[in-house]
Amino acid sequence: MSLKAFHIVFISASSLLAFSLGVWALRGPDSNFVVALIGFGACAAMICYGIWFLRKLKREGVQ
Amino acid sequence: MEIPYTVETRPDTGLNNVKIGIWLFLASEVMLFGSLFASYILLRIGSPAWPAGEDYLDIPLAAVNTAVLIISSVTMVMGWASLMRKKLNTYRLYMGATILCGLIFMVIKYFEYSDKFHHGYYPSTNTFLAIYFTMTGLHAAHVLGGSAVNAYLLGPGTKLWKKNPQMFINRVESAGLFWHLVDLIWIFLFPVLYLL
Repeated sequence: MSLKAFHIVFISASSLLAFSLGVWALRGPDSNFVVALIGFGACAAMICYGIWFLRKLKREGVQ
Repeated sequence: MEIPYTVETRPDTGLNNVKIGIWLFLASEVMLFGSLFASYILLRIGSPAWPAGEDYLDIPLAAVNTAVLIISSVTMVMGWASLMRKKLNTYRLYMGATILCGLIFMVIKYFEYSDKFHHGYYPSTNTFLAIYFTMTGLHAAHVLGGSAVNAYLLGPGTKLWKKNPQMFINRVESAGLFWHLVDLIWIFLFPVLYLL
């Protein structure tokens, strides 16, 4: 597996973690909406970054 | 006698020595941390009571550290991609940023550990803190080791770029794979120790 492929695996795992953080922050009576928003926002940002990263490397011909 | 496949790939495996070597090493790392995660699960399910991570640990500080490591992975892969485009100066900037992120992680870890010791929390205090210090301590040692390799590849290691650029790119890719594994381990450690 190349660094490019492993980076995509890593970003996918990080997106899942950020989403889990958002869900974790909303659990129970003492839910924290700010932390949840940060978690879901970070998840969306990392998905967008992953797509941008793949397109950039494809455009530049990096395998 | 020259060692074959140090740069070019073997026709039968499609891999060179560097790629095989680093993945064998990473497999041993997965087994090392895998055994610790298994120990954590066994200790937790075998314990009559288990504290919540937030009772002892600083979640916002750990979240910042998580973000720092994710950013360091991005800079690491961008550095490698810069080398693929033959841009050594851009690589230097990204690799410098990766090392800086590693150091920021260690400084935050230092403050986190200091706070624990200040409150009288040691590995001997209870089972949770014992496994916390073991796993995060071993992980921090890997961050230090990875930063040392990255520092070499930013400093004296760059001499190889003039002699054999492809070999240098392979070395940076290997360091990047190790760095990514260390970061991926933290992505598992953070929810397991701090959130669950």
